[in-house]
Amino acid sequence: MSGAGRIWGLHLGLIAVLFALQFLLPAYHHGNLARIMVLASYAVGYNILFGYTGLLSLGHALFFAAGMYGMGLGIQHGGLSPAPALVLGIGAGAVVSLALGLLALRTSGVAFMIVTLMFAQAGYLTILYFGEYTRGDEGFVIQSAQRVLWGIDLSEPSNRYFAALVLFAACLLLSLWLIRRPFGRTLIAIRENEERVRMLGYDTQAHKLGAMVISGTISAAAGAFYGLLFGYAGASFGAVPHSILPLLYVLLGGAGTILGPFMGALFMFYLIDLSSGVTTAHMLIAGVALVLLTLFAPQGIMGELRRRAFGWLP
Amino acid sequence: MSLLRTRGLSRHFGGLIAVEGVDFDLEEGEVRALIGPNGAGKSTLVGMISGRIPPSRGTIEFDGVEITSWPAHKRIMAGMSYTFQITSVFPGLPVRENVALAARRRVPQGEVTQAVEAALARVGLGERIDQEAGDLSYGHQRLLEIAMGLVQRPRLLILDEPTQGLAEGEVAQFKALIRDLAGATTILLIEHNMQVVMEVADRVSVLNFGEMLAQGTPEEIRANAEVQAAYLGGGDAAA
Repeated sequence: MSGAGRIWGLHLGLIAVLFALQFLLPAYHHGNLARIMVLASYAVGYNILFGYTGLLSLGHALFFAAGMYGMGLGIQHGGLSPAPALVLGIGAGAVVSLALGLLALRTSGVAFMIVTLMFAQAGYLTILYFGEYTRGDEGFVIQSAQRVLWGIDLSEPSNRYFAALVLFAACLLLSLWLIRRPFGRTLIAIRENEERVRMLGYDTQAHKLGAMVISGTISAAAGAFYGLLFGYAGASFGAVPHSILPLLYVLLGGAGTILGPFMGALFMFYLIDLSSGVTTAHMLIAGVALVLLTLFAPQGIMGELRRRAFGWLP
Repeated sequence: MSLLRTRGLSRHFGGLIAVEGVDFDLEEGEVRALIGPNGAGKSTLVGMISGRIPPSRGTIEFDGVEITSWPAHKRIMAGMSYTFQITSVFPGLPVRENVALAARRRVPQGEVTQAVEAALARVGLGERIDQEAGDLSYGHQRLLEIAMGLVQRPRLLILDEPTQGLAEGEVAQFKALIRDLAGATTILLIEHNMQVVMEVADRVSVLNFGEMLAQGTPEEIRANAEVQAAYLGGGDAAA
């Protein structure tokens, strides 16, 4: 099918462009883009639950932090090398998202938002409570010497960029593959009309739990990579604002579009970056941009593109 | 043996008795119409049968197995199919995907495309397969609902007021479709259009105030004085 070729071509093309940019960008933007790709991976995970399944979580920082601390504590206190530490972080995210899913999915709508928010807050307080190990708010640095993965020093900028790209490409292609499969199409149908899906013979509860675990695990992978690539784990990554961040990225970029999380992260990152060069009230500028986008492109950047011109975008 | 059997099936909403002590038997292969005035409990009864509404009391057996506590999705997998009274398609998805979602649950993966096209052709929507469901007219959305039921190749097809809002020609098409399915599929039909009931049903059950008032062939029901008093002669008669 030419439709499938076009879709895969577009997404693989983006990955190729990001690969090429590695050799072209000046150091400052090179570093930014590495960070954006990891944050975009976080948003890709968020988008599976919010954009595709229609469940608005306010607690995804819990998963990000589970990945970050699973990895970081594994290195810091478990003496692990980066590879098993990453596995530990991602595994921690899977377990935490399964547990939260089993509890929070008993609710829906506003109650679901509040339950996820509260559990994430409990997770944040847990990080502070065990300050002896986590160093609380202050956090801890993961030394360069501890960040050598299979002989590759991840504190070196181009290695770091490449690792971020590998993570982002994996998350992006996984989400694209998932959404085109019957499982993903069922998630979209649940978003559109859950009761109807149930009456077509689907166990919607199991599907939502699956979406929660996939979403949480991807977010945890982003958290684990973030800590490893940038050498730091801190409690602020588990706090409420960090749960709102992927929501903003996804809303800006386009909820329920594969490329939306990346576009949103890119846009938001540079919006804050550029406006903070002009004024200290940079969040005000970000806020105005959000209001304008909500007014004139409520479906986000990619959602608007899909609506106006590219109906085939997944 | 009955395909479907309920005993003492009841549902109370607070103090309101929606359905009370209904014993209902449905033979394999028959077309049964369920009629009754508005608020008689028809939708509640089929809601309990299909698993949308948990009963307050009573039991439901499907194909000899007690399913009273089964969740809806398990009943669908066992061979029931339910179409909604208020059109409940996926408006943002193409017609094809609407039916494919229904098909993927019951049809082997390799046969889904073919089954989807066949079901849509059968209700006369074959040419609209790539449209968005939300762009269809109301009548066509009703037909899409029916296609979503058909494609699951159910043993028991439950249709909740399928002809509501259909144009005359579409009603005729619907009647032909039911006659075509009769025998192979057991059909339970909630219907207000008495002409449709009289033409397609093998037997008719009448609910009134949540209780089973009468059951019989269309002719028997038409001649039943109690039914006439409760329903046919009342202001509610649609015929």
